[in-house]
Amino acid sequence: MTGKAQTSPPSRKGRSSPRGGQSGPAAGPLDIDHLLGDRTTEIIVCCGSGGVGKTTTAAALALRAAEQGRKVCVLTIDPARRLAQAMGLTELDNTPRPVKDIGAEGGSLDAMMLDMKRTFDEVVEAHATPEKAQQILANPFYVALSSSFAGTQEYMAMEKLGQLHAQAGQIVQDSDLKGTAGAPTAKAWDLIVVDTPPSRSALDFLDAPDRLSSMLDGRFIKLLLAPAKGPARLLSAGFGIVTSALNKILGAQVLTDMQTFVAAFDTLFGGFRQRAESTYALLQAEGTAFIVVAAPEPAAMREASYFVERLAGEGMPLAGLVINRVHENGADGITASDAESATRKLGDGTATDQITADLLTIHAERMRVAAREARLKRRFSAAHSGVATVSVAALAGDVHDLDGLRQIGGLLAGEA
Amino acid sequence: MALSTQLHVVTGKGGTGKTTVAAALAMSLAGKGKKVLLCEVEGRQGIAQLFDVPPLPYEERKIAVGRGGGEVFALAIDPEAALLEYLSMYYRLGRAGKALDRFGIIDFATTIAPGVRDVLLTGKVYEAARRRDDNGFTYDAVIMDAPPTGRITRFLNVNSEVAGLAKVGPIRRQADSIMQMMRSPETHVHLVTVLEEMPVQETIDGIAELQSARLPVGQVILNLVRPSLLAVGTREALEAGSLGPAKVAKSLAKASLDGAAASALIAGGSAHLERQRLQAGQREILEDCGRPLVELPLLSDGIDLGALFDLAERLGGPE
Repeated sequence: MTGKAQTSPPSRKGRSSPRGGQSGPAAGPLDIDHLLGDRTTEIIVCCGSGGVGKTTTAAALALRAAEQGRKVCVLTIDPARRLAQAMGLTELDNTPRPVKDIGAEGGSLDAMMLDMKRTFDEVVEAHATPEKAQQILANPFYVALSSSFAGTQEYMAMEKLGQLHAQAGQIVQDSDLKGTAGAPTAKAWDLIVVDTPPSRSALDFLDAPDRLSSMLDGRFIKLLLAPAKGPARLLSAGFGIVTSALNKILGAQVLTDMQTFVAAFDTLFGGFRQRAESTYALLQAEGTAFIVVAAPEPAAMREASYFVERLAGEGMPLAGLVINRVHENGADGITASDAESATRKLGDGTATDQITADLLTIHAERMRVAAREARLKRRFSAAHSGVATVSVAALAGDVHDLDGLRQIGGLLAGEA
Repeated sequence: MALSTQLHVVTGKGGTGKTTVAAALAMSLAGKGKKVLLCEVEGRQGIAQLFDVPPLPYEERKIAVGRGGGEVFALAIDPEAALLEYLSMYYRLGRAGKALDRFGIIDFATTIAPGVRDVLLTGKVYEAARRRDDNGFTYDAVIMDAPPTGRITRFLNVNSEVAGLAKVGPIRRQADSIMQMMRSPETHVHLVTVLEEMPVQETIDGIAELQSARLPVGQVILNLVRPSLLAVGTREALEAGSLGPAKVAKSLAKASLDGAAASALIAGGSAHLERQRLQAGQREILEDCGRPLVELPLLSDGIDLGALFDLAERLGGPE
C-alpha cells in the first residue's frame, strides 16, 4: 500500500471504476481486469455463502493480478488440500509465503492460510506483558474462545487483514525513506485479496468488529469487571440478583473463571476495539472492493442478494457479483424441445443416430439447467440492477493447480 | 430403555443440499406413518422456503402430512427465545430473568458470548428429543438441519466444552446429559456430500472427527448425483474419439436439425463423460469410508414439494 490512505482524506469522486453501486443504471459486466489493474484497488474481499467457490475465486484473482504486475498477498481461510499445495501452502506458520515463480512485470504473489488460534495468541502476546499473556493463554475461557467457538474465525480473519494491511504499508514507507522503493527484497504488497470464512451466515465477518465492540462496551462485561475494579457504588441494586442467578445456573467457579479472564483481558480490550474499528473503516475505504461470490442455485443467490443489500447498507464498496459454475448453452440453435423430439426420431436409427440421440439428451438436459440458471440471474438483476456481474462457466473437473486458477482467472476476466 | 427418541443430525458442506436432504428424510419417515420434528438452527428459514410456507416462528408447527397418518412438524430454533424458555422452565427465574435481560445478559449470551448459542440450540433439540406424552416420546424422530461439516463436531460437542468450563452445577449436569444423548445409539449424524473433491475430502475428515469425539456417524448421502445419460455405445465412441462431426451432422439432418451444432454436441457429450468419470472416482473414495452410502439424483428442474416426495421415496429412510 502506498500509505496515501492515511495522509489524504478519501475522495469518492473522479473514479471511473467498475464498482457498481446498489442502485442506479443497469450495470454491464463486471470488468475484472479493470479492477485488478486499477492501482487504487488495495483490498479485494470475496464473500458469499459456503460452497460457492470463494476460495478459488480469491486465489484466481490474486494470481491474475500478480501476473499483471501487482504485488499481491492472498489470505485464504480453508483451501482444498490440493489447491493449498499448489500454492505452496504447506507450512502453516500463519505468515504469507511467496508462491514460487509467479508474477510478471514486477508482480509477485504471496499466499497464506489463516490459523485463527495462532492469530489470537499473537495478538495477546503482542499487547500484554509476558506475565499477563501467560495468564490469559492458560485461562480455560481463553482456550475455548480462541480455539473452538464459532465467531472467532471471523474476528481473526478481520484482525489478520488489518495486520497484513498495516504490514504492507509499513514496509513500503520504510523503504521509501531509504530510497529503495521497489527493491526486490522489499516484501511489499500493493493488493491484498481476502477470502472470508464459511460462516453460518455469510455476513458474520462484517459483524465481527461491531460485535467485539458491543461485547467490550456491554454492561455485562462492566458488571464482571466491577468487583475487580473496586468500589461497590458502581453496582446497581440488580447486581445481587444477577450474580446469584448466574451462580445458580453456571456454578460459582465458572463466574470466577470468567471474571479472571475478563480482568486479565481488560488491558487488551481497548486495543482490540481500536483495531476492530480501524479494520471496519478499512473495509469501507476507497481502496477496498467487495466481490460477492455466488453459484446459480436459489439459496446461494438469495444469500448474494442479502449480502449486496447489507454491503450497501454498511456503506461498503461493492465491485460486483461473480456467479460461479454457470452452465452455458452448448449448441446454439437447438432448443430443448427440438432436441427431445429428435431424440425420439433417432432412437431406432443407425448406431450413429443412437449416439446422436444420446448427445441430444445431454444437450436438452443442459438447456433446461441453463434456463433455470438464467431465470435466477434475471431475478437477481431485476432486484439489483446496479450490480455488475460476471458468470464463470462450470468446468468439468475440480481446480487444484495454478493452471486451473489461471483458467478461472481468464473466465473471470471474460476471456472466452 | 432409550432416554430419547431417534435423533437424526444432517450435516454437509455448504451447497451440498443438507436442508433438502433433512426435509426429504422427514418426509420419508412421515411416509411410514411417523410423527417427525424437523428443526433448523441457523436462522436461514430454509425449511419454510422448501415447503413453501410462511417463515417459521419459535413454535412447533405442522407443515406436511405423509401417507399412513405420518406428520412433519417444523421448528426454527432461535437462541434468544430458547434461553428465555430454558430459564423459565428450569429455574423459574421470573424477576431475575428480567434482571438478566436488563443487564444485557440475554443479548450477551445469545449473540456475543462464544459457544452459548450452540449450547442453547443443542439444548432445545435435546428437550424435544426427550419430551414425552402419555404414549411415550412425543415425536418418533427429531431431525436437525445442522451446521456445516466443518463445524459439526464442534457444534455437537459444545456441551463437552461447557463441561470442561463448568465443573459443577446445573449447567454441568445438563451439558453432561446432552453429551450422553449425542453419543447414544439413538443419535445418527448423517453427512451430505456431492461427488466433488473438496466436499468428499471434508466428508471423510468429518467422519474421522465425529468418530474421535465418539459421536455416532450414520449414513453418507451422495446428493445431486448426475445420472449417466450415455448408452455404452456412445460412451465408447466418445472415449475412443471416433465420433466425427460429419457423421453426427448427418444424423442431425435426418431429424431436421442444423448439422452445424454437431461439434458442440460432441463437446457437450465429452464434458458429461468427464464429469461422470470424476463422479465415479469420488464415489470410489467414499466407498472406503466405512459408512453406508445413499445416492440422490440431481433433479434438473430444481427442488419443490413434489421433488421432496420423489427424494423421500429414494431415501427410503434409515432403519
